Amino acid sequence: MIGPTKRHEHKDCRRLLGSISEYVDGELSEELCSMLEQHLADCEDCRIVVDTMKKTVYLYHATAEDEFIPSDIRQRLFEKLDIEEYLEK
Amino acid sequence: MKDQENKVEAEGFSLKALQAGDPAEFSRLVDTYSNKIYHLAIKMLNQQQDAEDVLQETFLKAYRGLKTFDGRSKISTWLFRIATNEALMILRRKHPDFLSIDEPVETEDGEQEPVQIVDWCCLPENELLSEESRERLDAAVQKLPESLKVVFLLRDINDLSTRETGEVLDLSDTAVKTRLSRARLRLREELSAYFGERVNMMRASQPNRLSEAPDKAQKNEVLRSKGEAKK
Repeated sequence: MIGPTKRHEHKDCRRLLGSISEYVDGELSEELCSMLEQHLADCEDCRIVVDTMKKTVYLYHATAEDEFIPSDIRQRLFEKLDIEEYLEK
Repeated sequence: MKDQENKVEAEGFSLKALQAGDPAEFSRLVDTYSNKIYHLAIKMLNQQQDAEDVLQETFLKAYRGLKTFDGRSKISTWLFRIATNEALMILRRKHPDFLSIDEPVETEDGEQEPVQIVDWCCLPENELLSEESRERLDAAVQKLPESLKVVFLLRDINDLSTRETGEVLDLSDTAVKTRLSRARLRLREELSAYFGERVNMMRASQPNRLSEAPDKAQKNEVLRSKGEAKK
């Protein structure tokens, strides 16, 4: 059992690091998934890495959702493409 | 071309109308994807004028290319591919030392070990998505090397699947997954450095607010970092 004060340096962490991203996407193979979850049960550091990676991905998703194209850029695009009559709808 | 096939592949657009040059259908396509393409370009190039050029060039090329578009990939994937290539061309022109995104990064030591072990998930949403935080999120993306950045933008910002991202960039699924993993690890690291400080500040001013369990609140060493000298 790895206590919470132990530094992030044991070799399972290193070995499983590359699987975390796929785990976050729910795309990890069953075998690797259960291996990683077993490890997470004992390793607080890796749990923090998983949670903060999930949150990182979530934050980028959230910010991407409220990005809009500036209206002058949209207008020039429609003009350039010769479809400005469709600009209003 | 079979109509049924067109419906499926053209994501709600009539490929027939698009290929016949129907301006109403084409403007619908432009309206659906211009926002995403503009933001992909601005994040790749970090410059508004260049991003606008990419946006215009993408749809000009799409308009001309639609006649021969074979519907083998999704229309959105095809548009992202045109846009990505346009943006990469500008990057190469402006930075002759620019590393090709084909550069293999699937090497053993490409993974950076996490240094920032800070649980900042407890920060309130309005803090995580504040104006300042958003600037940090953008700045962290700008720090990524091109080969990781473009994969991250397509997968996590534009929601393309692994296979679609591979189609846009001519990369294998494994290469896409490896690059996405590295990009996310680096971004997580950057954000942890920033949000970790916010957690520290909050703890200092409101020691009990961030923790439900009272015994946990006393454990200030939840915030740990190997980069002690790190500014």
